[in-house]
Amino acid sequence: MFLINCPYCGERDQSEFSCGGEAHIERPKQPTELSDDQWAEYLFMRKNVKGIQFERWNHIHGCRKWFNVARDTSNDKIHAVYKMGERPPIK
Amino acid sequence: MSKNLRINKNKFIDQTARILFKFNGKKLYGHKGDTLASALLANNIHLVGRSFKYHRPRGIMTCGSEEPNAIVQIGNDPALTDPNVRATEIELYDGLEAFSQNCWPSVNFDIGGINNFLSPLLPAGFYYKTFMWPASFWEKYEFFIRHSAGLGKSPNKPDLDLYDHQYAHCDVLVIGGGISGILSAKLSAEKGLNTILVDDKNNLGGSTLYQDDNAFKINNENSNIWLNKQIEDLKKLPNLTIKKRTSVAAFHAYNYLLARENLTDHLSLHERKNKIRQRLWKIRAKKVVIATGAIERPLIFSNNDRPGIILSSSIKKYIDYYGVKTGENVSLFTNNDSAYEAAISLNKSGVKVKVIIDIRENPNSVLTEKIEKAGIKILKGYTVIDTNGYKRIKSFDVKKLSKDGGSVVGEKITYTCDCLGISGGWTPMVHLFTQSGGKLKFRNSDNVFIPDENKIPSEQISVGSSNGDFELDDVVNNTIKSIMVFLKLDKSNYEQLNIECSKEKQKRNIWLLPSDKPMSKTKPFLDFQNDSTAKDVKLALREGFKSIEHVKRYTTTGMGTDQGKLSNMHALGIIADTTGTNMGELGTTTFRPPYTPLTFGAIVGRNVGEFFDHTRRTAIHNWHVENKAEFENVGQWKRPWYFPKNGETMNQAVQRESKAARESAGILDASTLGKIDLQGEDASEFLNRVYTNAWSKLAIGKCRYGLMLNEDGMVYDDGVTTRLGENHYIMTTTTGGAANVLTKLEDYLQTEWPDLNVYLTSVTDQYSTMSICGPNSKKIIKKIIPNLDLSDDNFPHMSFKNSKIDNVNCRIMRISFTGEHSYEINVQSNFALNVWEKCMEAGKEFNITPYGTETMHLLRAEKGFIITGQDTDGTLTPSDLQMDWIIGKKKYDFIGKRSLYRSDTIREDRKQFIGLLTDDPKEVLEEGAQLVESLEKPIEMLGHVTSSYFSPNLNKSIALAVVKSGKKLKGKKLIVPMENKNINVTITDTVFYDKENKRLNA
Repeated sequence: MFLINCPYCGERDQSEFSCGGEAHIERPKQPTELSDDQWAEYLFMRKNVKGIQFERWNHIHGCRKWFNVARDTSNDKIHAVYKMGERPPIK
Repeated sequence: MSKNLRINKNKFIDQTARILFKFNGKKLYGHKGDTLASALLANNIHLVGRSFKYHRPRGIMTCGSEEPNAIVQIGNDPALTDPNVRATEIELYDGLEAFSQNCWPSVNFDIGGINNFLSPLLPAGFYYKTFMWPASFWEKYEFFIRHSAGLGKSPNKPDLDLYDHQYAHCDVLVIGGGISGILSAKLSAEKGLNTILVDDKNNLGGSTLYQDDNAFKINNENSNIWLNKQIEDLKKLPNLTIKKRTSVAAFHAYNYLLARENLTDHLSLHERKNKIRQRLWKIRAKKVVIATGAIERPLIFSNNDRPGIILSSSIKKYIDYYGVKTGENVSLFTNNDSAYEAAISLNKSGVKVKVIIDIRENPNSVLTEKIEKAGIKILKGYTVIDTNGYKRIKSFDVKKLSKDGGSVVGEKITYTCDCLGISGGWTPMVHLFTQSGGKLKFRNSDNVFIPDENKIPSEQISVGSSNGDFELDDVVNNTIKSIMVFLKLDKSNYEQLNIECSKEKQKRNIWLLPSDKPMSKTKPFLDFQNDSTAKDVKLALREGFKSIEHVKRYTTTGMGTDQGKLSNMHALGIIADTTGTNMGELGTTTFRPPYTPLTFGAIVGRNVGEFFDHTRRTAIHNWHVENKAEFENVGQWKRPWYFPKNGETMNQAVQRESKAARESAGILDASTLGKIDLQGEDASEFLNRVYTNAWSKLAIGKCRYGLMLNEDGMVYDDGVTTRLGENHYIMTTTTGGAANVLTKLEDYLQTEWPDLNVYLTSVTDQYSTMSICGPNSKKIIKKIIPNLDLSDDNFPHMSFKNSKIDNVNCRIMRISFTGEHSYEINVQSNFALNVWEKCMEAGKEFNITPYGTETMHLLRAEKGFIITGQDTDGTLTPSDLQMDWIIGKKKYDFIGKRSLYRSDTIREDRKQFIGLLTDDPKEVLEEGAQLVESLEKPIEMLGHVTSSYFSPNLNKSIALAVVKSGKKLKGKKLIVPMENKNINVTITDTVFYDKENKRLNA
């Protein structure tokens, strides 16, 4: 049970949040112009790294805001928390 | 048997208070402060249970949570009985009743004991190897195997006890109340840090508490006296919380720990009334100090499991703390100095130790010299090769060890005894450290795994013997030194301590001690609870198991309720020796929470009964209750299912309700449907993007049905949305989907389309909805709202009006889920019951009939309307549902649009939504039943029934189903094979009733 520093509310228990999977996957602006493979790439393909993974989290039992988290999947350490639309502050 | 082995000298046990308890039905006495184990030993009872596999007699072996043998059943109340309780941990209380486990008819005469003689036939993996074939016999084996498996009896009535959960936050959590834990807590609290100290015992002090020998001194006082003063000072510190009888079960990431506090298990039964039994603490600590100590290891030699064989440090605790002699003819067997401490205690208490067998050649230290001076015989470089005695050890055999320790030489000597103390060194309790993600390193000098200071995952530190310090001066000095760094202290009162203690001079370790007999004739037990021996581990290695995790599971070593606390290390050592690996490279098996077993009660806390989940009730709920509704759970909601009259069955009630709704008037409480209020200048554009159909041109005051997809093109939710104003809509969702739809819409608004100006608010609870349908619905509404023009011109189907019922504002939508002329009244929830009653009153002359979800389902099925989640399952596109009409082909994009022409979604043989009629109109299909074309094997499953009812309005059975290529198969005959018959059906259209939709405007 880790702690997440919500950029709007501050540090809260993980149980207040829900994870929305990999971050920085932008919905294609013109889906109709994509091939089946390109659309499938957006729709289905997700990374599953050991190490730092960029994820979307929602403070679902709090302010209900979405934001991004850079979390090390091997030890759950959170290296950065940043707002939607921002680029990751670390690599 | 009735001998009293209590020594009259003890300050920890209140000998003035006698406590009556029963063991296997026999009345016995102990004292306040005893554990069940110490009270049994005082009554000279060693035989406590039988082992799991061979049913060998087993006795008390330790004095703590690591106990593998002395596990008992407490009480015999079917609701409160507790299995697998360690006799060494449970405190004695008045009226305690304990029973031996895993024996029949009694612990003294156990039929299962025959397994001991069959043991050559029961090697590791016996069950895997034997019961594999023939496969069809498994059902016959299973009965007997299940019958003989498991220790203890679980309670079979609901638990009457009360359990609690509580959160705690602190600067520093100190785990363990031994000398290093006490010093850590003191340094922390004196610095002003908010500190919690937990210990699983009822007294702080650990083993130093009763270390009264003058070989161990701090500042010229015996160590126990010095420590007691520290404890007294500690208790006065204001920012320190001490939690006794509290055992940390789990250490998770981010310093989040679970600890179980026992509140009443030590009280007599009448004192427990109305009290909370256990509390599970959820602790978030900024820093954690692990001071969990170490557990003494046994030695592995043949027949090392007999009752009367006890760890030497436990013998010492039974004498010095509980005032109980574990025997009157005691010998000791050791590879380190600990046994000599026990010898000193025994000697002082008048139990003369007969002989100490030490595998070391030159153990000379302060302690060993003290023992030699006392005239106790020490056999150096010797080993015990076997023991004798069935229900209690009677004697043991000794031989000299060869120089390399691989074999024994010389003459066998036999000593009689009634208790043999053993000590194989110490194992640091690193469980919590590794649970938190810490990595261990191996110290070759004394064969211990200790925390690797470079691989600590959080703000934590291990001190004392859990960090591998075993001598008093190292424990104290290193604890103080490392706590000062850890807590950033400039100075402490403990920097100039003068510590005297005996130091161990020689170490020697042999994981599996040699015998003069061949391996196959010996029984060197490793895991006492699961009866796995060193032979089993060697067999597993011969059979090709290499990973320690595999050996563990194959031999079940370390898989009992004690999780192998005692002898996992020996198993690893024997594997390393046999395979020629270094133990450090071999590593350990994974330590998983909980450290000691938790009760289910502690885990669930107050989340039982009505607190198990939230229950949502509509504002009209009490009316439904008064009118004898049967309820159905839909998500967390209680929805009326049907309203039986005069003892009707569900079927009868539903037939009556649905007939009434079509012939006159029906009323449904639809308040549970999700309602989302959408406002903002981009609301129309937003709806365009989330629904498949077009919304921009929907006029104010009009309603439209919408279908929502996932990006993969599959139907997700549906409902009617009404345009209340230029930039204001109200959306309805399914009852179960409401929360998820809101979350999904918020997700898109916040992350994909932050440029859209739209605000979403859930108003499900704020508005209540009642739907009145049927040919007389118009007359009823007219009675309630006389001044509202209900003509089709003014108020057509799929439109809405703001109105008032008396003085209550209401929104009235003319929408229909039944195919009948109908109205949906939405009012603020606090007026809902009143409005409902008004509708009932007005509808009386038309026999207005309240109906529940079952009738609603039937009525919509007659019309072929889908219920998402019943007729859909996340694998159906709008086209699969024959709803191509709802896809806005001209729209550039909406959620899921691109997926509607992926190669998979345009396949013609997808399962598609169709109607079914049974050849026999009385035959009602079962929902979920499979559909096939022929019964010739192999049979291809073509689809399944999703909804099925007997329609009273059509007087025949109808069903909805999904079938491969169903759209093309209208008129085709299929078969529904059931257990005892085959039902013939024909594929039809999905609309069964009023295909022309005439009734909507009737």
